[in-house]
This record gives sequence, structure tokens and C-alpha cells, in this order.
Amino acid sequence: MALAPSTYAGVADIVATLVLLTEFAMLRAALLRSQVRIYAFQSLVVTALTLEIAAVRHIGALYALAALTFVLKVVIVPALVSRLLHDADVDLAGSPVLGVASMALIAIAVSAFGFFAAGSLHVHSPTLPATALAIAVAAVLVAFVLIVLRADVVSQAMGFFSVENSVYVATLVLAAGLPLILEVAFLFDLLVAVVVIGVIMRVHHGRTRTLSTEELDRLKG
Amino acid sequence: MPAVLVTLLVFPFAVSVATFFLPVRASRVVSVVSGTAAFVLALVLVPTAADHSQVAAGSLLRVDALSVVFLVATAFLYATTSLFAGGYLHLAKNAAGARYGRRFYAGLNLFCWSMLAALLVNGLALLWVAVEITTVVSALLAAIDDTDGATEAAWKYVLIASLGLGIALLATIVMYYAGTTVFGGSYSLSYAKMLGGAGHFPAGAVRVAFVLSVLGFGTKMGLVPVHTWLPDAHSEAPTPVSALLSGALLAICFYAILRFFQITVRAIGPTFPRTVLLIFGLASLLLAALYLLSQRDMKRLLAYSSVEHMGILAIGMSFGVPIAIFGVLLHVLCHAAAKGTAFFGAGSVLRKFGLKDMAKIRGGIGALPWSGPMLVAAVLALSALPPFGIFRSEFLIVSGGLSDPHDVVTAVLVVLVTLAFFGLSWFTTQTMLSPNVTEPASGNGAVVTPPKGEVSTWIVASMAAGLLALTILGVHPPAALSHLLDHAVHELGVPR
Repeated sequence: MALAPSTYAGVADIVATLVLLTEFAMLRAALLRSQVRIYAFQSLVVTALTLEIAAVRHIGALYALAALTFVLKVVIVPALVSRLLHDADVDLAGSPVLGVASMALIAIAVSAFGFFAAGSLHVHSPTLPATALAIAVAAVLVAFVLIVLRADVVSQAMGFFSVENSVYVATLVLAAGLPLILEVAFLFDLLVAVVVIGVIMRVHHGRTRTLSTEELDRLKG
Repeated sequence: MPAVLVTLLVFPFAVSVATFFLPVRASRVVSVVSGTAAFVLALVLVPTAADHSQVAAGSLLRVDALSVVFLVATAFLYATTSLFAGGYLHLAKNAAGARYGRRFYAGLNLFCWSMLAALLVNGLALLWVAVEITTVVSALLAAIDDTDGATEAAWKYVLIASLGLGIALLATIVMYYAGTTVFGGSYSLSYAKMLGGAGHFPAGAVRVAFVLSVLGFGTKMGLVPVHTWLPDAHSEAPTPVSALLSGALLAICFYAILRFFQITVRAIGPTFPRTVLLIFGLASLLLAALYLLSQRDMKRLLAYSSVEHMGILAIGMSFGVPIAIFGVLLHVLCHAAAKGTAFFGAGSVLRKFGLKDMAKIRGGIGALPWSGPMLVAAVLALSALPPFGIFRSEFLIVSGGLSDPHDVVTAVLVVLVTLAFFGLSWFTTQTMLSPNVTEPASGNGAVVTPPKGEVSTWIVASMAAGLLALTILGVHPPAALSHLLDHAVHELGVPR
């Protein structure tokens, strides 16, 4: 058995790492606008992974899915959110709780935890890239940090979209052997969730005229 | 029989599409017909599922005794909720009202369709897909009223539930990963296959998958500490949607956890999954019982009662003895009927008095001669008063607990359920039974006193159906149903 990872596993690892790194970039982004752009880039990377798997495994439907991912996640959703930002006329991102440095430190700790926790599963399969799974788990946790510490709908939505991208990567690399219909259903479903979150974000803005979630405190107890 | 499964999957979906185009008056009737048809079809499946191990249609659709239990509960609520919605919706006679009605009915039917689909599909992957559809549809339904509260609740719901489902998807993927050691890199996650190979799955991966599934699906099931969206969404959504969320959707997420439970028990034995469920169940029950004591909003009260009952389900599963598991599955059916009826009653009060704040409402029973007493009965049923079904199911769960070394847990369970009973019945009886007099001392205005009379006979009919079902389940469950529950207990890996 070869010690070096195959090209396929290598690409999967690189994509998972890029997703993780873009999340750190989101954490430190000072403008909501740039956060949206970073998300568009992250989605582009994920689209590339879809194409790679489609080519390596000769799965025709994945090309269609890649096209759909590109149109929705790289073009339409970022465009919609950018328009929302333009309408709302706010652009400064930031956490009301912690500074950028502390957020990055927490994210590093959390991602290390995720990486090693997933690594300690000790499931070795010759066909599946295990490192990519561990990195994807770390990326999910970092996105959670973003959601928890930021208090505006755009950051929280971007955090969820990143969770979605990370899980998408995990699904693509690990479950590429799933019957096609299941895989397409998975990924399409995630796209629908992204769109619905976008819709509710607009409803929120239309209703409250703000993007902040700090006023969402009427319902409690 | 396979035709029944296909019909159950296709018909409500077609109805959902149709109601988007039909006028509201037609949609009311069509939805009731669709709900009733679904319920009848679910009942048709009962004897077969109780006798055979499974009914399948192709490789994608399959039900066994376990899924039929949840199918009956969901389809029952589909039927009664459509009936209730017919009396509850008061639409403005203009374009906006018509648009609201069309969206509402299309959404309602689509929501029920997605829940039925979750129970009909074969395999963890499709189950996740269906549950995700329930989330997006119900989030849009929760936001449909377009008030400040609805917007806030919908945002919290969609964000928290989607994140939960993200975790649930990870659980599914990790379980798939565990399976690759037995089946190789390419296989479907169908239940029979997973259960067959589970004995050889690596323990570590299965453990992680189970915890992730409880955390992920538990978010939508309303387990503490990941329940935070639940009271908001239940109180701000239109009441028919609240009834479906509480009675059916939470149970379906419990069903998803049970599917992981089944596999986990076969892979690593029952001790670990039971402990996990016990921790989440006790936390849910404790927190819900305390919150029930301090509620003023009637729908939030019922929402916390849902958290309480989901906690009871989780604790009942953790007891692990057949009689307790039987009680848990019966509890799913009873909770659907009781919580549905209670929400219908709350909706009736809401329409009658125009407010949710219970402290301002008095004499509900005088104003609502039918739905008032039935609401009180439903709340008492929720608190496990005989002759209603929840008395029987909780009795079975508790006796299962007492037969085990879990004595302490059982005692805690009984204490907390009593506390919840106190909170639930105190506020409801105060609202409904205390005499209808204006309190001069209270600064927040006079008590509203609408004239006596029902809001709608549709509402009364839906509540009567719920109470009838509860009484049947409590007094003497039909033999076929007991047989079905027995079989489902067996499928959960617990010897009879």
C-alpha cells in the first residue's frame, strides 16, 4: 500500500484545508462585504472538488450538481446577500463579545480539537481520505464559533453556509460511494436550505430594518 | 401493499401542489380529504406491519412496525390539523388574504408530506433528506404571519435547526464511514443492510455517530440543551403549524434517533446509547418542568410540555426493558393526539379572546361551551389523567423503570412529571375555570369578556377526534395496535 496519498485524496485534503482557512479569513474579516466574497470563494473551491470527483469517478450527475452549486452558491446567494447589505447600509462586521485575536485563538483551539477528535476514530479505509474528514469536522466547529460570537444575520448565515460547505466536502469525499440518487438528494437538500435561509434573512431585514440579531430578544423564558 | 406506500408518498404531494392553485374554500376541503386518506392508509398498514417484518416498494420505500407507529401518529395529526385549520384561518377577503391562504395550505400539505416521507423512506440517508425538507418547509410556515415575533422565531428556528441537521448529516456520514469497514466503499444506507452488518462495525465510529445523531436530531426533537428554538417557534407559528411541529415533527426526529439507536445497540450493545439518552432525557424533563411553572403564554406552555414529553420518551428508552419501550411507543401516539388537541383548544381561545397572555384571560370555559372543556380535558390528558392514553403509556414507562435497577431515575421521573402537571394544570384551569369577573386591582386592563359561543364547528370536531383517540388508547387499545407496538419493541432490539 502506498504511503503517499493518491491525487484524489490529495485534492480532497487541499480543498478541505482551503475551506478551513477561508473560515479563519471570515472570522477576521472586518467588513461584511468581504465576508460574503470569502464565502463565494469558498463555494468556488467546493465546486472545484465536485468537478474533480465527477471526473475521477465518472459520475455525470455530479457535473450538473457542480453547475448548480456554482450558479447558486458562487453567484446568486452572494449577490443577494450583497444587495441586502447595500440596502441595509451597514458594513462593519465584528463581535460584540470578543476581539478578532481572541476569536482566532478560540477557533484554533476548537479546530485542533475537531481535527484530533475525528482522527481518533481510527477507521482506516483504503478507499476513503480520512484526513479530509478530520479537517471538515474542524471546519464545522470553526463555523460554529463564527455563528456564536457574531451578532448579525449576515455573519450567522455565512457561518451556516460554511458549515454546509464543510459537511458538503465531508459528504463528497466520504460518501462518494453512496448510490447516486442519495448523494444528489443530500446535496440538493443543502442547497434548498441555503436558499430558504436567504429568504428568511430578507424577511428579517424587511421587518426590522436592521441586520443585527441583538434585538431578537423579545421571545424568551 | 406497496401501492399504499406509493400513494402515501405521492398523494399529499399532489395535494400540496394543487392547493397552491386552488381557491382557499376548495383547499380547506381537499386538505381534510388528503389528511383523512393518509390516516386511513396508515391504518391499513397496521395489521400487515404487525404480522410481517416489513412492507417495501422498490428499494427506496419501506416501512416496518416501528415506522408504522409513527406513521399512524403523523397521519392522524395531518387529518385533525387540516380539519382544525379549516375553522382557525380567518382570511381577509382580498388579494393578500387569498395569497396567504394559498401559501398556507400549500405549505401545510407539503409539511405533512415531508413528515410522511421521512417515515416511508428506506435508509438513514433518505431519512436525513426528508427531515431537512421538514425543516425548510416548517421554517417558512413559521415565518408566514410576518409579525416581529414570527420573524424572530423563524430566524432562530431555521438557523438552529439547520445547524442541528448539519450535525445529523455528519452523524449519517460517520455511520456510513463505520459501514465501509464491512461493506466496502460503495453501499446504500438501507436499514436492513445496516442492521445486518452492524455487529461488525467499529465501536468508536458507531459511538461518535450515535452521540452526533442524538445531538443533531435531538436539536429538532427539542432535547435540552439544544431545544432553544422550540418554544419560540411553537408560540409564534400559526396554531395549526404549532400542533404539527409539536405532535408530529418532534416525534419524527425521535424516530430518526431510534433508527441510529437500533444500529448502535446491535454494534456496541445497549449500555452506551441508553446512558446518552438518559442524560439528555433527564435534562429535558428537569428544565421543562421548571419552565412550565413560570409560563404566561398558552402556546409556550404547551411547547415546554412538549420538551417535557420528549424527555419522558428519551428516559423511557433508557430503561431498556420491553414494557417501558412499549410505553414509549404508545406515548408517541398519545402525545400526538393530546398535544394536537391542546393546541387546537389554545387556538380556539386565541381566536375567541384575541390574546395569548393567560393572565388576562378568565372564564374561558363559559365563553367556549365545547372547546373550553375539551381544552381542559386535553391538558389533563397531557398530565396523564386516566382514562386518557398518556396515563397508560406513562404508567408502563414507570413500571418498566421500577423493574430495573434505575429506581432513583424512576423516582426523579415521577417527581418531575408531577411538577410539570402542577404548572400545566394550574395555569390552564386558572384561565379556563375561574369565574369571568373583571379584576379591578390588576393594572393591565380589564379581562376581555367575549359573548358565549364557539369559534367554529371545525375546531370542535378536530378536538373531539383527538379526545376520542386518546380515550380509545387509554381505555382499551385495539388488539392490532398492541400487536404492532409489540412487534416494534422487538424491532428495537429488545427481546419480548
